[in-house]
Amino acid sequence: MGWAIALHGGAGNIPLSLPPERREPREEALRHCLKIGVAALKAKRPPLDVVELVVRELENNPHFNAGRGSVLTTKGTVEMEACIMDGNKKCGAVSGLSTVVNAISLARLVMEKTPHIYLAFDGAEAFAREQGVETVDAGHFITQENVERLKQVIEANRVQIDYTQPMQKDVLEETPTNGDSQIGTVGCVAVDSHGNLATATSTGGFVNKMVGRIGDTPIIGAGTYANSLCAVSATGKGEAIIRATIARDVAALMEYKGLSLKEAAAYVIEECVPRGNAGLVAVSATGEVTMQFNTTGMFRACATEDGYTEIGIWPSPMQN
Amino acid sequence: MYNVHSVSGADASAVHGGAGVDPNLPPHRQEEAKQLLSRCLNLGISALRSSLPAIDVVELVVRELESDPLFNSGRGSALTEKGTAEMEASIMDGPRRRCGAVSGLTTVKNPVSLARLVMDNSPHSYLAFSGAEDFARQQGVELVDNGYFITEENLGMLKLAKEANTIFDYRIPAAGLETCSVGAGAVESGLQMNGLPISIYAPETVGCVVVDSQGRCAAATSTGGLMNKKSGRIGDSPLIGAGTYACDICAVSCTGEGEAIIRGTLARDVAAVMEYKGLGLQEGVDYVIKERLDEGLAGMIAVSRNGEVGYGFNTTGMFRGCATEDGFMEVGIWE
Repeated sequence: MGWAIALHGGAGNIPLSLPPERREPREEALRHCLKIGVAALKAKRPPLDVVELVVRELENNPHFNAGRGSVLTTKGTVEMEACIMDGNKKCGAVSGLSTVVNAISLARLVMEKTPHIYLAFDGAEAFAREQGVETVDAGHFITQENVERLKQVIEANRVQIDYTQPMQKDVLEETPTNGDSQIGTVGCVAVDSHGNLATATSTGGFVNKMVGRIGDTPIIGAGTYANSLCAVSATGKGEAIIRATIARDVAALMEYKGLSLKEAAAYVIEECVPRGNAGLVAVSATGEVTMQFNTTGMFRACATEDGYTEIGIWPSPMQN
Repeated sequence: MYNVHSVSGADASAVHGGAGVDPNLPPHRQEEAKQLLSRCLNLGISALRSSLPAIDVVELVVRELESDPLFNSGRGSALTEKGTAEMEASIMDGPRRRCGAVSGLTTVKNPVSLARLVMDNSPHSYLAFSGAEDFARQQGVELVDNGYFITEENLGMLKLAKEANTIFDYRIPAAGLETCSVGAGAVESGLQMNGLPISIYAPETVGCVVVDSQGRCAAATSTGGLMNKKSGRIGDSPLIGAGTYACDICAVSCTGEGEAIIRGTLARDVAAVMEYKGLGLQEGVDYVIKERLDEGLAGMIAVSRNGEVGYGFNTTGMFRGCATEDGFMEVGIWE
């Protein structure tokens, strides 16, 4: 038993042909975030602090779909959401943020400073101001890459979406643009050598999403969950993750069916969501770690106290 | 103590109007509540007799509950700290686990129906605030002024809640307050939920679960939320897995302390213990109420694909009703 940490930068249709100029900055970011997470664990920071600081770092990085670099709504705006939870099942979530630099930190404040779990939109923005967290002009989060991405997706979907007709949700495919879909979220899970667990997830959501659309990330049990057995952060197609209550099910399988962390995660990823829909990172109270996905790839990294380290994008030889 | 009634392969339904009832609630108010619950159950039963699928039945029953000012949903919603109604709802269809949810509604007459439209007519599962209101306009649902939802009674409750919050620390957990002083006035019963005295608290939600004669389960939950809540506060009702859940084997709708229900992923857990531990419906409900709430207070109704109906609560009372195809029907408040 020792500490363990895993983090992700989104699962999705990440093509093997991803050009170096798109791949390298992300790999570097994963490496960097892993390093600061590990350093924090070695310095005996509580896992809740560790996951928050790693996710803040990922939010600040414009190459991932969270904070700066968030994908855009159909109106070209940014609406961010995040969620944090610890092994005692204390949790906080926020949605609909447009000016808060670090959504994950606001989620933590909801958890610690209010009797509520979840604040959204204007109410969340007002709370942010009350709390004096760092806010900026909404333009700060918008990158040229995402403006382009939105344009291309709107073009491609123009024929597909008619909101007055009954909608098959699985038909709405993420359309690869520039061969790089950037769907998903960022997240981090950590456990210390005493079995204290925490998870944090943050996202800009789904490119071209309707204004006001909430995904799986802030829904406890869907994209984010922790209890005394494990901590989970999921990424992928929000609607699929919500209906499969992915994060909760990993823990439930461990508890109710006695599966190990890896077995539970594998079951959920393979059996509970359609192919191409999801990935997750998870750690257990006993220091195990797992990173699994049924998409083409998932930006990810993990490390354990006994020296194991992995950074990857596509399925590695060691997976499963 | 908690009823289970089951006839294999047949339909069943249950409704609730909130868990956590003031033991000093005047008899005529109790009677009113029971009549509303009966009316809604009967509505559901007629719909089932005309072969409407479960998903349609839960929607129409919850619409009825929303339209009646008695419970905390739609008209009669609890009010935000600003004195406005801000409503949320969710609906889930067991086959294929399709779902829809809405939050932050202020002009939509029937939130549960908008949740249904999110499920059926949008590429998403959950829409909130101005985006949800835009979608409502686009879909042409019935819209009204926010004033429609606000009742005199709730304005009065809001005032009391504001006064109470200056005395009670809102974050003190409500554990350990099982006793109440006999014969005392309503405010002094000593019972609290979510930090408010039970007389002011206002049970939080309404909900309905149905299994039709083809074994399809569905659930829907709707609420105005917590009295005196901060605008923007989202509770358990619109969160799939917390306040609402339906799958192949069962459907669940919860009510009570929203934060406790979220943390305990209550609705999902009933299905999970049935699926992963092989528990029956009522066993699953009892297990979750006992083991998943920690110090929280809540209740739930549930149906299984086999035509069973069950319910449970660790609060003082839950407004509920249940009915099965063989003619069994029960409406109750207390244990």
